[in-house]
Amino acid sequence: MKKVTIRIMPKQGVLDPQGKAVQTSLSALGFSDVKEVQTGKLIELFVEDYQNIDQRVRDMCDKLLANPVMEDYHYEVEEVART
Amino acid sequence: MQSTHEISPAKVEQEKLYLEMGLSEEEFEKVKNILNRRPNFTETGIFSVMWSEHCSYKTSKPLLKKFPADGPGVLQGPGEGAGVIDIGDGQAVVFKVESHNHPSAVEPYQGAATGVGGIIRDVFSMGARPVALMNSLRFGNLTTGRTKYLFQEVVHGIAGYGNCVGVPTVGGEVQFDDSYEENPLVNAMCVGLINHDDIQKGIAAGVGNTVIYAGAPTGRDGIHGATFASVDLSDESDEDRPSVQVGDPFMEKLLIEACLEVIHSDALVGMQDMGAAGLTSSASEMASKAGTGIAMNLDLVPQREEDMNAYELMLSESQERMLLVVKRGREKEIIDVFEKYGLQAVAVGEVTEEKSFRLIQHGEVVTDIPVDALAEEAPVYHMPSKEAAYVKTFQKMENEVPHVTDHGEMLKQLLQQPTIASKESVYDQYDSMVQTNTVVAPGSDSAVIRIKGTDKALAMTTDCNSRYIYLDPLTGGKIAVAEAARNIVASGARPLGLTDGLNFGNPTNPEIFWQMEQSVEGMSEAARTLKTPVVSGNVSLFNQSNGKSIFPTPVVGMVGLIESLEQLTPNFFQQPGDLIYVIGETKAEFGGSELQNVMKGMYKGKAPAIDLHVEAKRQKQLLTAIRQGFIESAHDLAEGGLGVALAESVFNGKGLGVDVSLPGDPTTAMFSETQSRFLVSIKPEQQEQFEAAIENAVQIGTVTGDETFVIRANDEALIDEDVQTLHELWKGAIPCFLN
Amino acid sequence: MKFAVIVFPGSNCDRDMYHAIKHVLGMEADLVWYDNSNLENYDAILLPGGFSYGDYLRSGAIASASNVMQHIKAHAEQGKAVLGVCNGFQILLEAGLLPGAMLPNKNLSFMCHYEPLAVANHKTCFTSNYEKGEVIQLPIAHGEGNYFADDETLSALKANKQIVFTYENNPNGSAADIAGIINRQGNVLGMMPHPERAVERLLGSDDGVKLFQSLIQNWRDAYAVNA
Repeated sequence: MKKVTIRIMPKQGVLDPQGKAVQTSLSALGFSDVKEVQTGKLIELFVEDYQNIDQRVRDMCDKLLANPVMEDYHYEVEEVART
Repeated sequence: MQSTHEISPAKVEQEKLYLEMGLSEEEFEKVKNILNRRPNFTETGIFSVMWSEHCSYKTSKPLLKKFPADGPGVLQGPGEGAGVIDIGDGQAVVFKVESHNHPSAVEPYQGAATGVGGIIRDVFSMGARPVALMNSLRFGNLTTGRTKYLFQEVVHGIAGYGNCVGVPTVGGEVQFDDSYEENPLVNAMCVGLINHDDIQKGIAAGVGNTVIYAGAPTGRDGIHGATFASVDLSDESDEDRPSVQVGDPFMEKLLIEACLEVIHSDALVGMQDMGAAGLTSSASEMASKAGTGIAMNLDLVPQREEDMNAYELMLSESQERMLLVVKRGREKEIIDVFEKYGLQAVAVGEVTEEKSFRLIQHGEVVTDIPVDALAEEAPVYHMPSKEAAYVKTFQKMENEVPHVTDHGEMLKQLLQQPTIASKESVYDQYDSMVQTNTVVAPGSDSAVIRIKGTDKALAMTTDCNSRYIYLDPLTGGKIAVAEAARNIVASGARPLGLTDGLNFGNPTNPEIFWQMEQSVEGMSEAARTLKTPVVSGNVSLFNQSNGKSIFPTPVVGMVGLIESLEQLTPNFFQQPGDLIYVIGETKAEFGGSELQNVMKGMYKGKAPAIDLHVEAKRQKQLLTAIRQGFIESAHDLAEGGLGVALAESVFNGKGLGVDVSLPGDPTTAMFSETQSRFLVSIKPEQQEQFEAAIENAVQIGTVTGDETFVIRANDEALIDEDVQTLHELWKGAIPCFLN
Repeated sequence: MKFAVIVFPGSNCDRDMYHAIKHVLGMEADLVWYDNSNLENYDAILLPGGFSYGDYLRSGAIASASNVMQHIKAHAEQGKAVLGVCNGFQILLEAGLLPGAMLPNKNLSFMCHYEPLAVANHKTCFTSNYEKGEVIQLPIAHGEGNYFADDETLSALKANKQIVFTYENNPNGSAADIAGIINRQGNVLGMMPHPERAVERLLGSDDGVKLFQSLIQNWRDAYAVNA
């Protein structure tokens, strides 16, 4: 079985109001050394082994998991034991 | 959560594990007597949640009996999911208030969200479509980061759940006082609309009928929430965090639609929501009410996590779950409806003749308890009561008029008090318009929603000035009900009835129990005099931290009927040239007032007096005058007195102002909080008819068209401000506190 | 003229839309559950507001991946009218029927109140009954209505007069004050404000009536020509 970890982040240049709010808040707590915060999503998939896993994951991201207008995604695939 | 399989009945007794679960020594003895044996771990847990205050009302029951529950239109009083009152044309209004104080103190977003979810389920479990949400919130003064966080997250939680589920949040109230610093109050009210024929009850009738579980699968969340809701919040509460439930408003929305479809099937016998104490309370209460028993196979209960034991399954407070009883042989047609909405619904048991609550897991009987032992035979305590010492001192104080040097400055200060200031930044976050019925949106004395297909509308309000109740619980209790009714009448509606959310400190303290007793007495008397039966309610006790109790806060949620939309009356002044009247004489009453808070930073003295017969007569006269078309606007005089009410009456962006001459002492006239008063405006041509119809009405001035706020006393200008300035101070105060 | 109001799990303005069309405007309308694929008998498709699928993942994303979208796309390709309001607009964006995407409001809060809007293009089949530049009052009720598109897309929207409604006092941070846009063909409109909530004076505004009347009148005119 494979574990696919997909990290979805706002595209460069897209406003990330949540990241901005977190940064402001951190700064108010005294963490003024934090210069930028970006928030995103982490999605984990547990999938059967099959070929073309890269193509499948990219399809899933393009069709549903990420919105290409405003988000970029990266993913990693690792082998995990069957549960 | 440690595994509970190995814990034997002997160990439960020897190690006194029942104490941790909330059962006292005496209660545990009573359980042993009922069963004629030692209870096992699961059974001990079941007794402890069912006998908690939250489920059994063991300390408040003797008080709740005092409330008048009957009236001409009452179709369902306390005891079911929510109260039901007839509104004519074969329709009825369904409503209830419920608290979610302790969960909100620990995790404010989810605590508030699941509070909203729970009260919505109470209403649609009756077969009613939820049409409006209200709330009543209390926080500490907005001075600490923690309080600001609690306030903002509670509001986000209410918005997050209510907006998604598609029930408009049309109003409510928020007040601030130091006594709520550690114990915020989150009371949510839901109002539903139903046809008489569709009224459901939570009963497990018909031996052999099938018990169906519908909605979200059960996880380990919220275990012992009902007990948790009935203990003193101390610093240890942080460790109780896993106890907090997480809500899924999307699931709730689907449950609403599925349940409202299912009620039209004659295969449905009864339906109840799984609220506090989850599967335990819903199943045992449904059987107890029907005089039957229930047997369930826990292996069939949908489960979100692995290896859940009987204790966990029975005590879980996972949200968005319903229990139904369905005629035997007709399960499929009910299950199909849930499946259409993508919801799980499974048969988990049956109704039995033997009045026992019998649970089987992995082929073994894990619980076998007489049903009535859990519900009807729960212990009832008559707690000792003692007049609070501080109240005696307050009662001896004379009413004095505070010395105000600059009335304009004082008005500005009052308008910026968080309790008085505009709550727009709060209610802007609520979808107040979905369902397209909202005629009067948040920000008025009452919210009003029209009833589609009729010329009628429902007015609703939540109210409770806990400062008065703190000073004098009997009088304060009367005022809470009277003020709610005043808000309803000011909108042009006839009050129909009320629901109560009783929030108090630790009832084992005789002075706290006395507060409960007295305020319930006062509320009951007012409810009888004003003909507003108490059809549903909720009790939340132990609202105290480190020995410090909240102000006694019995929230009143009231609903009224506007018989024709023509009678709908705004709070705000309407036209330049209209005449302004105050109905009711004003005395020097500053105990518990906002002025006292601003000047002394505390509350003391006597609460304002109230004569319920005068109140009833005045409300009746005003409602008659509204129906005759004499009244352009009506507003209740409350916190901050006439000065604040006048200002609020021109904060509607219509470019209006006032020119008012005050009778008598200016400080009293402006800021006293004497009860049973209204501020109204009328057309000059109707002056004669109005004055003939209403007693004790004094003209104080006129509405102007120039956005100036002019108050005169003894022929001299007391206040001369522009409305815009006052409006901005009032509107900006809360956002300013939060920044 | 017959309207279909598509109901997704979690839609919550579906009944409001139905009420506006059926009871206020007096037209034929059906509530159509999302797994019903037969849309042939309808002249216009309305995607109502709400929280389809709880707005989990992203607002409108899961609904946009449901089968009914294929049928809605086919309907749009025939030149028939499609209107998405609030969550309906988010679904149209996610489905690629309209360009751009929605971000959380710039203040990160849900907001619900009336907003003044300018009718930026009154020459569409949805807006022809409005005056040029007319300012109307419609309610907004959303947490993610902050319209985003890259500069190229925004230029194209402007050049092609696809911006139909703009906010007078941009409440949510939307690019180019955009409150509603239409596709190149002029038959698919998405907008965050709720015209169906503004069809009765009793509730505060009836400025939304003209939108539906425009649609009905243009359909009648076209129908008269075709007949």
